[in-house]
Amino acid sequence: MAFEITQILLSAQSPDARIRTEAETTLKQFQEQNLPGFLVSLSFELSNNEKPIETRRLAGIILKNSLDAKDGARKNLLIQQWMGIEIAIKSQIKGLLLRTLASSAPEAWHTSAQVIAKVASVEIPQKQWPELISTLLNNMNQPDQPASLKQATLETLGFVCEEISHQDLEQEEVNTVLTAVVQGMNLAEHSPNVRLAATKALYNALDFAQTNFENEMERNYIMKVVCETAMSKEVEIRQAAFECLVSIASTYYELLGPYMPTLFELTSNVVRADDEAVALQAVEFWSSICDEELELQDFESSDAGESGSPHSCFIEKALPALVPMLLETLLKQQEDQDQDDTIWNLSMAGGTCLGLVARTVGDAVLPLVMPFVEENIKKPDWHCREAATYAFGSVLEGPSVEKLSPLVSAGLDFFLNLMKDENSHVRDSTAWTLGRIFELLDVISSENLQKVVMVLLESVRDAPHIAEKVCGAIYYLAQEFEDAGNNSLLSSYLTEIISSLLATADRTDSFNSKLRTSAYETINEVVRSSNLAESSQIIAQLLPAIMNKLQQTLDLQIVSSDEREKQSDVQASLCGVLQVIIQKLGSADETKPAIVQYADQIMMLFLSVFACHSSTVHEEAMLAVGALAYATGPGFLKYMTEFSKYLQMGLQNFEEYQVCSITVGVVGDVCRALDDKIMPFCDVIMELLLKDLHSNVLHRSVKPAIFSCFGDIALAIGEQFEKYVHHALPVMQQAAEACAQIETTDEEMMEYGYQLKRSIFEAYSGILQGFKDTKSELMVPYAPHLLQFIELVCNDRQRDESVTKAAVAVMGDLADALGSNIKLLFKDRVFYIDFLGECLQSDDEQLKETATWTQGMIGRIMVS
Amino acid sequence: MAPSDHRRPYKRPAISDQQRRRDHSLLRQAQNRLDAQQRARCLASSILSLENPETDSVPDLDSTTGQEQSEVPPKEFDVRQASKLRGVEARRWFARQLMLPEWMIDVPDRLSRDWYVFARPAGKRCFVVSSNGATVSRLRNGSILHRFPSALPSGSRSRDASGTSQSYSIMDCIFHEPDQTYYVIDILCWRGYSLYDCSAEFRFFWLNSKLAESGACGPPSQYHRYRFSLIPVYNCDHNGLSAAYMGAVPYVKDGLLFYNKEAKYQTGNTPLALVWKDENCSQYVIDTDNQGNIPIQQQEHKISIDCLSKERDKMRSIYLPNSDILSLYIWNANRMKWVVLELQDDGKLNTSDDPPVAFGCLDSDFVHKSGLHSGNLLRFSIGDNGLSFMEERLDKADLCYIGKSNRARAFADSYSKIVFQHMVRHSPLKMDDFLSSITSSDDQENQLNDIEMTG
Repeated sequence: MAFEITQILLSAQSPDARIRTEAETTLKQFQEQNLPGFLVSLSFELSNNEKPIETRRLAGIILKNSLDAKDGARKNLLIQQWMGIEIAIKSQIKGLLLRTLASSAPEAWHTSAQVIAKVASVEIPQKQWPELISTLLNNMNQPDQPASLKQATLETLGFVCEEISHQDLEQEEVNTVLTAVVQGMNLAEHSPNVRLAATKALYNALDFAQTNFENEMERNYIMKVVCETAMSKEVEIRQAAFECLVSIASTYYELLGPYMPTLFELTSNVVRADDEAVALQAVEFWSSICDEELELQDFESSDAGESGSPHSCFIEKALPALVPMLLETLLKQQEDQDQDDTIWNLSMAGGTCLGLVARTVGDAVLPLVMPFVEENIKKPDWHCREAATYAFGSVLEGPSVEKLSPLVSAGLDFFLNLMKDENSHVRDSTAWTLGRIFELLDVISSENLQKVVMVLLESVRDAPHIAEKVCGAIYYLAQEFEDAGNNSLLSSYLTEIISSLLATADRTDSFNSKLRTSAYETINEVVRSSNLAESSQIIAQLLPAIMNKLQQTLDLQIVSSDEREKQSDVQASLCGVLQVIIQKLGSADETKPAIVQYADQIMMLFLSVFACHSSTVHEEAMLAVGALAYATGPGFLKYMTEFSKYLQMGLQNFEEYQVCSITVGVVGDVCRALDDKIMPFCDVIMELLLKDLHSNVLHRSVKPAIFSCFGDIALAIGEQFEKYVHHALPVMQQAAEACAQIETTDEEMMEYGYQLKRSIFEAYSGILQGFKDTKSELMVPYAPHLLQFIELVCNDRQRDESVTKAAVAVMGDLADALGSNIKLLFKDRVFYIDFLGECLQSDDEQLKETATWTQGMIGRIMVS
Repeated sequence: MAPSDHRRPYKRPAISDQQRRRDHSLLRQAQNRLDAQQRARCLASSILSLENPETDSVPDLDSTTGQEQSEVPPKEFDVRQASKLRGVEARRWFARQLMLPEWMIDVPDRLSRDWYVFARPAGKRCFVVSSNGATVSRLRNGSILHRFPSALPSGSRSRDASGTSQSYSIMDCIFHEPDQTYYVIDILCWRGYSLYDCSAEFRFFWLNSKLAESGACGPPSQYHRYRFSLIPVYNCDHNGLSAAYMGAVPYVKDGLLFYNKEAKYQTGNTPLALVWKDENCSQYVIDTDNQGNIPIQQQEHKISIDCLSKERDKMRSIYLPNSDILSLYIWNANRMKWVVLELQDDGKLNTSDDPPVAFGCLDSDFVHKSGLHSGNLLRFSIGDNGLSFMEERLDKADLCYIGKSNRARAFADSYSKIVFQHMVRHSPLKMDDFLSSITSSDDQENQLNDIEMTG
């Protein structure tokens, strides 16, 4: 039943778009009308040594895409389709795939290996391809087959191991697979190609080898082979072996102890003398160890007494030798490495690792690094000065403030002067280091601020890559003044800083948009951190300037898609600045008028931004509209007719769930601004929100926001929410029940569960308070379910405090709104007494207050 | 399937302002949502039942205050909006917000078990509202006493730098001039939590635990202009009563306040809060002094009496709800006492109680001729026949019209005040009466307990 498809596959790769599209359509039709025939035809094409390489490769790719997709829902569909195919046909396809491994064309067997792994991931767990492993192992002992078969087989084994769990196979099979892979690495028996394939296969099989790693003898053997392979004479094999070691460092950290002396020697030899590709992996080995130890430290400090695996302090023990090794790498910079984002070299990896080491061991790193800094920072060779600066900047996070402060205070002036160094690499690292200083330490005083500002504003005119880092430094400098209160030292420099940043954003000498984005984002932080009373005038002047720039983007003639993308980027930055200004000036009654007087024009601009992107709702503009609604309050009503279509578009944007999520938040802002004046728009909003909740495509993270939004709507429209009760409440009840099923072992799911619970409570709170005094009897039928849900949440001892707060508040709302109607309900469910007791003992004042209020509300109905 | 690229972030200025903007938005939205819900939690219970709730036009805050039709605020109204009211509106609004104790004209049952007692500071009774970074105190008539920063929640700019929190607190206070201190006698709202519906016991507990924590009891400073102070509240037993009556306090006493422990905060007159005074614990027991001299403020109205003296007989109205008269007390005409009553449409003269008690009736000719209107507060002296009571209820009042009341007055006298003032002059309630009441009820309880014990 195979069909001749070579011609179609060739056409599908034609440079002529018309031919290509036609061929693609034909293939698609074939796939839809006769999937088994389609897959068999592709398999024949792939396995047939007579066929052109490009059609074989494309056949393999289409096969793979017929079994696997990034999107979870589509992947499930594909798997279902595969499983529905007749067994005989599937056997035929699998046979062809295995046969392709013996092909002499690497493209063919390489693709086939991937397809086999995908089929295995479906069939091995279901025990539907029992002969796969034995067939593959058999390939390793075939003398009469081409040499590449072993290579192909090893690669296939690696891919298969990566796709399945070792529990899907008998332990005996697992052992034989690993034995085959490790033997493939054996120097004496195999060609370099086979050994490389085996080493890469081992990399993919490391998770799969869990049981074997737990056995000391097997582990010793694997480690011995990997270490020997790491000293192979072929660079590529050494690199692959070090990649294995990096992976082992993070997967089997707790088992590494006995091997560390060997591993240290191995890595330091490589870092000092080997090819850079290998040396990078050796440095990465230590970075991975740091990652593990940092995670253990985080875990220990947050969960005292309940440590899972032991901290072996490998970094601390290796420190005296490790740090000098890393410092050496810093001197191996490349010219112009700062201007090319694609470069990743040894000095960069070494400095990054040094930063991780500092975070891991803290103070202990300083005595090892500081002499290097002092020795090199004044040397005539720029490599030395740059390395010294970079080393200093790298160790600023981790050590204690007590140890760092004197060093930084003593060195600040020197670094400020270094911003005038003749070498751009030195200036670049110095700007970065200054940013780190301002971010991590508190060193600014009335004495040095003027000089700091002067130097930064001078340097922000330096080359784009340096200016970008200077923006970062200004960003963190501003942040230091966030809670400065009155007489903020920064206030007198505000005008100069903002105008310099605006000029920076306008620069045209940058190849990409990063500098412009950084400049605007730095303006945001400067505005946010400023003292409102002292800076409101300056910010009020900035507002029309930014509006003007946004208007200019609308007037541009857009031709190419690049220009369209750039326009969208600039608009995003400017909408961001507007959002920050609106939020800042809108936060106090005295400054609000500065926004309100421009509200019509600002809203016009946002609507125009929406209008010039037809396919999607501009995310930053949407965020800014939310801030504007808050600032204008009831005055926002006049924009609603025009704006509501973008609101609806945003709520229907399932693909870009961030946009949808932000739009849901803006609905809440609008509700609070308009109160019941939002009523005319509610039907369509509620309909879309309910659709969103029922969608399988929409990212789940949006759903809690939607429940909270129900509460916002209900609170705004009060008794008029009545008509939505029959739609909203059943979904809330369903979601409440789903909360009980949420996996408690997965941290991410648990966090999601908290959000969901909190938002359901917020929805109930809004509805109960909205109905209070007029329609509260509507909620009586839902009270038992709600109270049961609260009890369920209370019984979870692990619950997040924000959930506790929402739970105790909604309980008060229930008592407040329904009063003596539900006296019996509370009588029957005494859990609330303990729960209130727990809340009243809390250290959180807000929680205690809410609990006391709730106690009063329940007390009131119990005595009535 | 290929080994992942081990590139790590390098010298990247770690700005992720977009995420920050999102987070800030979410934070603002969450805070606003919390504020809105907190407000809802408080609002409905603190909404006032104003007259003519069917009018729901928003009052034009800038317009002059004389026009009656624009003075009715919408039903859904909270204290922050109310603070924008001016003139008559504001007076009316705030006049109805305070809980006004009745004057104690007899001793309640179970005094020692159900009641608290404390010494009332002499001074200006006011509302203190802290919100949005400022604190405002308003007198009973709605006029602003002080606008100042305080350590109360949201009471000054320094505490809520963001200024986004709309939560507010409301307290019932007496401003005591000599030591420039606000003595807090009750709490209505704390950080947006309504306490209107809570028992006095609970409110006092809350007040005691929260006020000190807020720092409002601390000495004045830049961000806290006036000191706030708690008042010792006692159970109304023998010791508590003696402590309130005789104990030393840092303020000038003006009588004793009695609060029923179960009573909610009820705006307007309530029999569940009582005030009592005698010479020992107040300088101001009787509106006129023993020589019959009228305090200075009242002098101007004496003129109006003279002007009207010829008409006086005509103005006399006798109210006789019950023909079977048993005169318990006779008003002593020599010791003149003003009574302020509110004129109704039908000429009735009502007290400020809810429901009001009618003390008499003016005939419509007189009302018309004198240019009086319904709602006017009128001042009367008690005539020779004084007040007559039947089975402890007012039976007959002999009133003589004097003139319109001082404009600063927001409402008529309460029934209990008139009677208390009357009693003070004739048969005052004494401290001994409280003590004996406590002793006798204690005895009764002991007896009951004894019976239970033996049974």
